[in-house]
Amino acid sequence: MTITADHADSFMGDPDDTGRFGQFGGRYVPETLVPACAELEVAFKQAWADPQFKDEFHNLLTTYGGRPSPVTECFRLSEELGFRVLLKREDLNHTGSHKINNVIGQALLAKRMGKNRLVAETGAGQHGVATATAAALMGMECIVFMGEVDIKRQALNVFRMQLLGAEVRTAMSGSRTLKDAVNEAMRDWVATVNTTHYCLGSVMGPHPYPWMVREFHRVIGDEARSQCAEMISGDGVPDYVVACVGGGSNAAGIFSGFADTRAKLIGAEPAGGAAVGRAVPGVVHGSKSYLMQDEFGQVQEAHSVSAGLDYPGVGPEHAHLAYIGRARYESVTDSEVLDAFQLLARTEGIIPALEPAHGLAWMVKAKSELAGTTVLLNMSGRGDKDVAQVQAILDGDPEALATMRP
Amino acid sequence: MTVRPDLESHLTERRDAGRKLLLPYVTGGYPVKDWPRLIEGFAAAGADAIEIGIPFSDPVMDGPTIQEASSIALSNGANPPAILDRVAQADVDIPLIAMTYYNVAFRMGHKRFADALVTAGVGGAILPDLPLEEAADWAEEADRAGVATVMLAAPTGDDARLARVAERSRGFVYGVGVVGITGERAELSASATEIATRLKAITSKPVVVGLGISTPAQAVEVAQIADGVVVASAIIRRMLAGGSTDDAIEFVGELRKALDAS
Ligand SMILES: Cc1ncc(COP(=O)(O)O)c(C=O)c1O
Repeated sequence: MTITADHADSFMGDPDDTGRFGQFGGRYVPETLVPACAELEVAFKQAWADPQFKDEFHNLLTTYGGRPSPVTECFRLSEELGFRVLLKREDLNHTGSHKINNVIGQALLAKRMGKNRLVAETGAGQHGVATATAAALMGMECIVFMGEVDIKRQALNVFRMQLLGAEVRTAMSGSRTLKDAVNEAMRDWVATVNTTHYCLGSVMGPHPYPWMVREFHRVIGDEARSQCAEMISGDGVPDYVVACVGGGSNAAGIFSGFADTRAKLIGAEPAGGAAVGRAVPGVVHGSKSYLMQDEFGQVQEAHSVSAGLDYPGVGPEHAHLAYIGRARYESVTDSEVLDAFQLLARTEGIIPALEPAHGLAWMVKAKSELAGTTVLLNMSGRGDKDVAQVQAILDGDPEALATMRP
Repeated sequence: MTVRPDLESHLTERRDAGRKLLLPYVTGGYPVKDWPRLIEGFAAAGADAIEIGIPFSDPVMDGPTIQEASSIALSNGANPPAILDRVAQADVDIPLIAMTYYNVAFRMGHKRFADALVTAGVGGAILPDLPLEEAADWAEEADRAGVATVMLAAPTGDDARLARVAERSRGFVYGVGVVGITGERAELSASATEIATRLKAITSKPVVVGLGISTPAQAVEVAQIADGVVVASAIIRRMLAGGSTDDAIEFVGELRKALDAS
């Protein structure tokens, strides 16, 4: 396929000088943070063009993170669903999710910039654990903000972060979930910007974050592209590439390997947090994107059984990919997700995180559309963190059931 | 339509007459029933202009005090049109400035928001998450409608940036007094007087410093260099701690007295 100028922007290239993908993105931050964002942009550009930085990054991803992650052929599940299912196994990475790619990149970059303190937000706790891990590895100070509600849902990850030497601070405002943890992390950063790097956990936030975080996760798509070339006859490209979308980092990572192919790109959003599905533009947390909000622009609370997708916004590049029709975003309900979670465990011996179970839930729902095709799903994380919650839901525990939306 | 004095000429005239400018802050919708009387009360107590906060769900520049007031207001149904309706009715002859986050203006639409401010007699707007690089579309629409877009100048900006911020700012230049968010500080940050000094060196527009100014003594110290001060959390905290609107008004009177005596 040749790249022509008029659809080059559907291939997930660089944003424009203002940090936009089409009309989405930008840098909507308090004045205090503008110089830091500009400094980060310059530092990232230089680092990403520096072979030594890239070597160091990929070397750590290999020797520490466990890359490359394999692609697994799901024989029994394929049989059951009537199409070929391949899983990109980000669940096998160190710390159990794709998040490690991004934090290794950002921690290296922070060091390069002379900043030795990391702040991060976390929802499920996966990004918090990953950040705490990178901080421990590189001897950095680490503060993780987490909503009070999520601290209860993901108690084990809180303890993990503490074991790793991070300080976990409770976000008590608003919905007390991921969006409020982002607010707290940004407030901390506004006050500490001279010494601190904000290690943002997804492809959201002000420029250069959406672009930089995607680039650090591009390794998922690049690996999968060459793995698929070995496994799939013909053009070596799957018919569909599927990923769950909270902020959208694991999706951006895998999509970027296939944006220039014929593969259809599908993002699975939770029904209660489907920012792209609702398609209302808004500005929060530093960028213009699609955003769940009321008629006055007040940000609404997302609802998802999975803490990692409980976010009312989405990364700006996804809004752009949806807007130009290069990717499709579909929503699934909590109960469809629970069914998919159990299905994968039983048929393949893989307990997924609740987040990627959203992708599988869409695949189950779209069985007839997918019949006879090859589908690559980004298995963005493993389910250990969710097992207790799912057990409680399946046992009919009222408090756990309350985390479910119809 | 409510007509009030033009923000920039009002503040400039008062400054040139030797007066130190006092800009207290009111959260629209807090205290839930009584908040509109704060506008008239503050004006009578000697405010030169008043900042009216239109609460937003995710105020990243605000500390716990203003967050709490905003969230009380929002959970009691505060919204921009209702707040502006009440502001329009306030019987004051000083400029009023809306302080909110960009998504409120973006969602309503630049033109509708600017026109709504003008109709309510609000002559200025502060959008702390809309920096220079993103401000052009809004600022043009605001200029057209006659709303002064007040830009924030932060201690982290270099001199060239401060100059560009001051150049684009209308009404006055808002010097950010701390590297941080809104909230009271026991000690005045050295950056409050530093930013005032840097701004005074590059602009003839009124320079007003806000964030972290909590006491009359701190206000006086900053106003030795700056043309004036914004005081917000220290006012709101008095009411959150159980004080009445009269207590808040009295505190504004104390700030006025201290500034006048300095
Ligand atoms: C396993 C896993 N997948 C996906 C996500 C959602 O993030 P994103 O949409 O950025 O990939 C999370 C977030 O915590 C996660 O833990």
